[in-house]
Amino acid sequence: MKGKPLASIVSAGLSKFGKIDGLYARELFAEAAKEAYERCPNLDPKRDIKALFIGHMGESYEHQGHTGATAADWAGLLHVPATRTEAACCSSGVALKAAVYAVASGLCDVVMVGGVEKMTHRSTPEVTEFLAMASDFPFEQWHGITFPGLFALMATAHMHKYGTTEKQMAQIAVKNHYNGSLNPKAQMQKEITLEQALSSRVVAWPLKLYDCSLITDGASCLILTKPELAKRYTDAPVHIIGSGQASDTIGMYEREEFTSIRAAKLAAKTAYEMAGLTPSDIDVAEVHDCFTIAEIIAYEDLGFCRPGEGGRMAENGETALKGRIPVNTSGGLKAKGHPVGATGTAQAYEIYLQLTGQAEKRQVADAEIGLTHNVGGSGATATVHIYRRG
Amino acid sequence: MSAQSSSFTIEQFYKAISQKKLIGGKCRKCGKIHMPPRPLCDSCLSKEFDWVELPKTGKLLTYTVIHVAPTQFQTMAPYAVGIVQLENGVKIPGMIKETPLDKIKVGMPLTLEFEECQQTQQWPQWPRYHFKPA
Repeated sequence: MKGKPLASIVSAGLSKFGKIDGLYARELFAEAAKEAYERCPNLDPKRDIKALFIGHMGESYEHQGHTGATAADWAGLLHVPATRTEAACCSSGVALKAAVYAVASGLCDVVMVGGVEKMTHRSTPEVTEFLAMASDFPFEQWHGITFPGLFALMATAHMHKYGTTEKQMAQIAVKNHYNGSLNPKAQMQKEITLEQALSSRVVAWPLKLYDCSLITDGASCLILTKPELAKRYTDAPVHIIGSGQASDTIGMYEREEFTSIRAAKLAAKTAYEMAGLTPSDIDVAEVHDCFTIAEIIAYEDLGFCRPGEGGRMAENGETALKGRIPVNTSGGLKAKGHPVGATGTAQAYEIYLQLTGQAEKRQVADAEIGLTHNVGGSGATATVHIYRRG
Repeated sequence: MSAQSSSFTIEQFYKAISQKKLIGGKCRKCGKIHMPPRPLCDSCLSKEFDWVELPKTGKLLTYTVIHVAPTQFQTMAPYAVGIVQLENGVKIPGMIKETPLDKIKVGMPLTLEFEECQQTQQWPQWPRYHFKPA
């Protein structure tokens, strides 16, 4: 049945995002878990939570793998089945999909799903190298293509095909920094000007510093239950009514076009069909703005506008906080920050706040339907989830 | 597994590069040309291929100039990389050298140049190549 809840979010937690000195990944995850437990007094975590799914990208940052068991232990969930998912920046988007499978299959009544990454203690060249591991090694990394480089290749292609401008990309940064200024958990809580964005130093032309998301420490989590059990835990659940995931070639160069992300389009199609909804039904969305061009492409891939019109959509303010469809009210990866493994469920955290009226200064009035769009690497993995206020 | 199918690998591609040859695997069943070669055709799942030499010239589909580079490439920055579509349609990414960075344009004709191998003890020992204006 279209629009039937697959699973329900009854609580959520998010650590502070930023340069969090002195806290390792497992401790950041404990911060997120603590908030989720405090929000939901009817939940007895040790008794009720039957599984943990956690997204985490890199062992390299902390010389620490085996994240499933480590996170379960530090979240006070010793002995639960703990599964770590890795799909680069889509690691916790994929964890969310796995958690939906666990709940919707009937195997688990209550699960925790989240993500974590600790990044800021490493140098920028090291982080650049670790992030590049999300792309093809023999033909992309080996020839000096960085992660910003891949999105820069998409930006050049988009500019060439559609006339998208550096100014339109900068407008995404300005919007998301404004939203971030309203989010007390965001890494960057100050507004920037268009001039600042356009004159920032080049990272991978045409992308400049303010076109890039941040290097961030952070963790996020959600508590999911079967929809029929949701009221046991909260009066205000948020139902997941669409869950799409798709993959594509690991090498970006092998794809037919560089101006859209095919896996995201496929994931969106699945999610919209499950939900029985169309793009015009979405009230608020968190999309994967790892780079400003990625948000422009997301508008097009999600059907918020036609291919090639994403730049103009940004320019017209249609996705601003008070626009037709507010996008990245949290500040997005651009200003809230992008601890890669934590991002997918951090997006869901923001939609949970928006649909339960807890987004404070950045609250979208009467938001009922939300969407999250999470992309791994240059688009070899993508997930799209659709949510309805319970 | 037959020796024939198992030889269609990334390792063989780079071995050929070290002999200054650009090769791909052509599927005997559906005709798709793979760069890199693969042991299993992603289109028709065939396991039978023939080696084909790929054209070394093509046009630039898109490019970027990397300023913030990973540790290994830091001394080269800023440098250009792009995706080139060879004359037979196959796409290959690579650095663009032997041209001022501001002369690089989408659509420009480029040709592949093999580089001399640098011997190291570390994996991988793949030789490099780059593109230059045709």
